[in-house]
Amino acid sequence: MPVITIDGRHIEVPAGKTIIEAAYENGMQIPHFCWHPALSVAGNCRMCLVEVGMPKRRPDGSIEVDKDGQPVIAFFPKLQIACATPVADGMVVHTKSERAVWAQEAVMEFLLINHPLDCPICDEAGQCKLQEYAFRHSRGVSRFTEEKVHKPKRIIWGPTIVFDAERCILCSRCIRFADEVAKQPVLTFVERNDHVTIELYPGTEFDNPYSMNVIELCPVGALTSRDFRFQARVWEMSFTDSICPGCARGCNIRIGVRNNEILRLEPRRNLRVNQYWMCDEGRLTQYGFVNYNRVDGPWLRRVGTEKPESVSWEEAYEAVAAALRRYKPTEIAIVGSGRLTNEDAYALVRFARMVLKTPHIDFPRREDPYFEDDLLRCRDRNPNTTGVLEIGLKPGAGGTSLSELPQKVRYGAIRVLYVVEEDLASVSPELRQALEEAEVVIVHATNHNETTKRAHIVLAATTYAELEGTYTNIRRYVQLLRPAIATRERERYMGMQMSRWDKFGAWNDRWTHGPRRNCRQTWQHLKEIARILGTSWKWHRSEDVFRELAQEVPSFSGMTYELLEAYQGVALGRGLAPEPVPTMQYESHVLKP
Amino acid sequence: MNVTQNTEAQRMSFWEKLYLPAIVQGLGVTLRQMFRPKFTRQYPEERWEPLGSYRGSPVLVLDEDGERCVACGLCSRVCPALAIEVQAAETEREKERYPVKFEINMLRCIYCGYCEEVCPEEAIVMSKDYELVFEDRESAILGKEQLLVPIEKLQDRLEFLRRYK
Repeated sequence: MPVITIDGRHIEVPAGKTIIEAAYENGMQIPHFCWHPALSVAGNCRMCLVEVGMPKRRPDGSIEVDKDGQPVIAFFPKLQIACATPVADGMVVHTKSERAVWAQEAVMEFLLINHPLDCPICDEAGQCKLQEYAFRHSRGVSRFTEEKVHKPKRIIWGPTIVFDAERCILCSRCIRFADEVAKQPVLTFVERNDHVTIELYPGTEFDNPYSMNVIELCPVGALTSRDFRFQARVWEMSFTDSICPGCARGCNIRIGVRNNEILRLEPRRNLRVNQYWMCDEGRLTQYGFVNYNRVDGPWLRRVGTEKPESVSWEEAYEAVAAALRRYKPTEIAIVGSGRLTNEDAYALVRFARMVLKTPHIDFPRREDPYFEDDLLRCRDRNPNTTGVLEIGLKPGAGGTSLSELPQKVRYGAIRVLYVVEEDLASVSPELRQALEEAEVVIVHATNHNETTKRAHIVLAATTYAELEGTYTNIRRYVQLLRPAIATRERERYMGMQMSRWDKFGAWNDRWTHGPRRNCRQTWQHLKEIARILGTSWKWHRSEDVFRELAQEVPSFSGMTYELLEAYQGVALGRGLAPEPVPTMQYESHVLKP
Repeated sequence: MNVTQNTEAQRMSFWEKLYLPAIVQGLGVTLRQMFRPKFTRQYPEERWEPLGSYRGSPVLVLDEDGERCVACGLCSRVCPALAIEVQAAETEREKERYPVKFEINMLRCIYCGYCEEVCPEEAIVMSKDYELVFEDRESAILGKEQLLVPIEKLQDRLEFLRRYK
């Protein structure tokens, strides 16, 4: 493999790579705007100009050496762009030499000539690549005294995106994304010179299912989200690494939280799962249910009364245990969910097998063939179907599957329905009928829905943003979720992401009053109920459950939370020999702490 | 060890020990002050008008086009006491952003003036208002309608900022 020298560091690079790829794969940085590892090379921003040289050769092809025996380097008379220059053996690159820095500063000065001083009203401020480079690679003063070019602002590109032509630095990342990744080539450059701008082809709209990725891709604030626009400054939010629960792909995301409320979701790099992208559907639909319409605290409907009554946790658990004790094990059916984390699914399976001893346990598949495409979106809308099946959440010997359940309930063979984090009433009309007909319906629920209306006892459960746990995606990667928002019982603790306002707010500050829901994770409910029913489990946190799960279920063996975090997800069965993390650790521009 | 030599009492002369001359001297000072100009003010009736450099409570500037603030949140970020809370929203005006909520908790404010210094729009300035009395904690949190002050009343401070900032 060719060996090249970047800023005095010798690195071995496979032939065919470009200089900038070599740098980023080895943890070095070269300033750039238009280059992105997942897109084709455009080479139009000229920010990555570097000094490139090759060993000087004599006419016979041998390498000329100086008196110390070192090869003499002949630098190209002009600077080269690192994003489009392939590496060659013996190549020497200077990214911080006087000429390179001079060129980078000149490019920055050109870009800033017509860039408006919009930072106070721009959503990108704080995580802007141009802002960052203005500090790092710019002269810090402007010599431009003429009038800046004015271009249209607030152009609606589609249902999700607003475009500001003045802020655009014409890197063409969005154009290439639309062409190459989203496969909706509707964007193009128009005009010439400093009047260049990006436009949609007449009669088209930028409305593909991945359109919002251009927001993160855009190095400046030219593309903003209509959903998020002006909601918060980036530095007011805390960002927690998590997994999108929208489908079985398990795209890695960051949850942006302010005042205990999710304001936005954005994709996080994972080259094995979602690369740098996530779909708009996941972004727009997977946080509303965390913020609104939540079940708060346990409640039960006493015999003879219609109105549900809010009770304490202990009372609710006693009521559940009493109800379960009243029936034979075979009269109880458990309906799990593909949204359960591995930990919760494991606790539920153990609860069914060892505490209730019922074989009737199943969960509804939620499949949507219209959602599927060949980039990220999956037909399976449950985030953890693979994990739940792997752990064994399926009917035992003689058990009832979900399709037979309504019939069994009608004939009185099953009299208790224990529904865990699933809106069973919306799955099918037969199951809705079964909920009406069952004698006791116990529900773990995150949100108010048709099922909770028919329930006798409801235990408030955590959503994916409040719990600690793991999901197993469709490609069998086990991935870790960290809690992003606080609950009544779990205040922000050390290690949980916190913004400055979270850290220093006091009880009498209004910005700390975001709702804390009174909810618990499903395994915590099951642990308490099992204790009343005579089985005690020694779990204190999700990690304890996962540790036990890793011992009991062979395909999870060797996995720990640290491992999952370090390797960005580990495939089932590879816990003892995880695949190495891809070398490309590229982050275009994010909020710096 | 007890000090018995060269004590204060031993060092004093006869006249000093008498005290009377010192008392007369002190009364003389008092008497002289009575005929000098007075600096005390009959405060509620007689008011003090601070100079432009005075840092009273921070207020928002309301000029002829309306409020200047674009809700960038920098004042809130720089505030060492976390007294300011801003919530932005979109508007049809040329500057697309405006504060739908702007609150200063005057119990937290320490009158450092950083918010004024960092403001890119010269929208928050320190006023001359030094009479900050509240009846309860809630009324000490000032909203936008209490904070907006017409620009004519802030000319001294704006002039000071133009000259010295």
